[in-house]
Amino acid sequence: MRALCWEGTDALAVRQVPDPELRNARDMIVRVRRSATCGGDLPLLAGRVPEAATGEVLGHEFVGEVVEVGPEVRRHRVADRVVVGAAIACGACWFCRQGLLACCDNGTSDVATEPQWGAPAAGCYGRPARLGGFAGGHAEFVRVPYADVGAFAVPDGVDDDRAVFAADAAPAGWHGVELAGVAPGDVVAVWGAGAVGQLTAAAAVARGAARVIVVDEHADRLRMAARHTGAEPLDHRSVDVLAELRERSGGRGPDVCVDAAGPPTGPARWPATGPDAGVALREAVHACRKGGTVVVLAGGSTFVDRFPLGAVTEKGLAVRGGARVGPDAIPALLARMARDELVTEHLATHRLPLDRAAEGYALFRDRADGCVRAVFTP
Amino acid sequence: MTRTGRLADGVRALAAGVLALVHRRRAATDPRPGRWQVVTVTGRPEQVLPGGRWPEPLRPLDGAVEVWARPAPGGRGTELAVRPLGGTPALAGFAAHLVGDDPGRYLRQVLRQTRQLLETGEVLRADRSPLDRPAARRPSRPGPEGTG
Repeated sequence: MRALCWEGTDALAVRQVPDPELRNARDMIVRVRRSATCGGDLPLLAGRVPEAATGEVLGHEFVGEVVEVGPEVRRHRVADRVVVGAAIACGACWFCRQGLLACCDNGTSDVATEPQWGAPAAGCYGRPARLGGFAGGHAEFVRVPYADVGAFAVPDGVDDDRAVFAADAAPAGWHGVELAGVAPGDVVAVWGAGAVGQLTAAAAVARGAARVIVVDEHADRLRMAARHTGAEPLDHRSVDVLAELRERSGGRGPDVCVDAAGPPTGPARWPATGPDAGVALREAVHACRKGGTVVVLAGGSTFVDRFPLGAVTEKGLAVRGGARVGPDAIPALLARMARDELVTEHLATHRLPLDRAAEGYALFRDRADGCVRAVFTP
Repeated sequence: MTRTGRLADGVRALAAGVLALVHRRRAATDPRPGRWQVVTVTGRPEQVLPGGRWPEPLRPLDGAVEVWARPAPGGRGTELAVRPLGGTPALAGFAAHLVGDDPGRYLRQVLRQTRQLLETGEVLRADRSPLDRPAARRPSRPGPEGTG
């Protein structure tokens, strides 16, 4: 089959690779119909992930059709159209039973490289095998472990271009506002107007936030966020963000601040750590009202120095993190998509065949040509 | 302060920094490479070690490790612990890790497999390396068009 493979720093290519195969009784094989780029892939693309090996297949957001099921798969049959959550979780461990599927104990296959932050979290498609990951969805076929837990039938009224965002981007945004406990009347500020940022804003609006403000530097993304979510755009190149947020929140500061800016996008020589990293996070902490909540949606594995810990303690902030989202929110999001309450296809600014996926990633990485997400069809 | 005095202070500060760094790195090395490795597993101790029998991934280690299980607090299941018999291994810490002979890491892997087996019924297997797999065999034509 054909698949998009990582071939080194800033080098991607579509290659012929062996087909995936059932390896566990709860696996199934999915023929991919659409797959989407994600900012979470950019550190790997940029060579920031030393565990990455040449030939690894990228992609953790995909929708497809079931072509083979293992003997223990109960909820899916061949020919079902499914969206697959990015996180690989067993559904049986203590964390999964608490609803913390992204923290699953059994979602990775090995501890060849134990993460620097301690215990491994849920597995993920398109992540290095040495980190316990599995081959990704930018391919003709993909193996789906724990299929009954992570895959969900797509309602007939939801097309592939919309459903592909139910894999990770929409759950990430939904998860962010749930973590923060966004309530009617809240003022919510979101850093980053990419797909996750826009879908965070949409989720905050859906939960009754009084004002939702999106901060970014890309005018086209801000316009898109305003048009499709009703959020107020804030271009940090032209305004004092902290002063503007105070003014728009009655001097209190936003009740909830969400850092959805994602990990650094540049090559390894660009600062991933140190004083120039984590700008959005520092701004979110400084902006948030006393007793408010800051949510960090995608810190990757980076370290951020000069973290304003004093502001966290003095203002009594709650800081929550969620680099990966469990699949449990996907059915509700698909239902919202079916009712046209959640519209996502506009985020696919570039639709390309899989054979042009390397070009799509370059557009996405460079934010070129107004690219918010590139979506591939094998 | 004279220039010489400032230089001496600077050297002292640098030396203190280096010593602190060395101390931190030394402190980070596990002083007990034969320590217990523990995981928490869903289920009661008698389900984890039924009749005192060890779960399959642990059985090959009979005679090389000691094992205990006890209830975890708060209804979290069972704490299952393993450590090597016979005290400290020949190589420890980073040296052992480099040569792939880190018993702690190996035991953590065995415990993870044990937990996966007990909680999901099987040990999750990685995708096989492309070098180990046969060439493409599924038809690459698109499937029947749905609503996409």
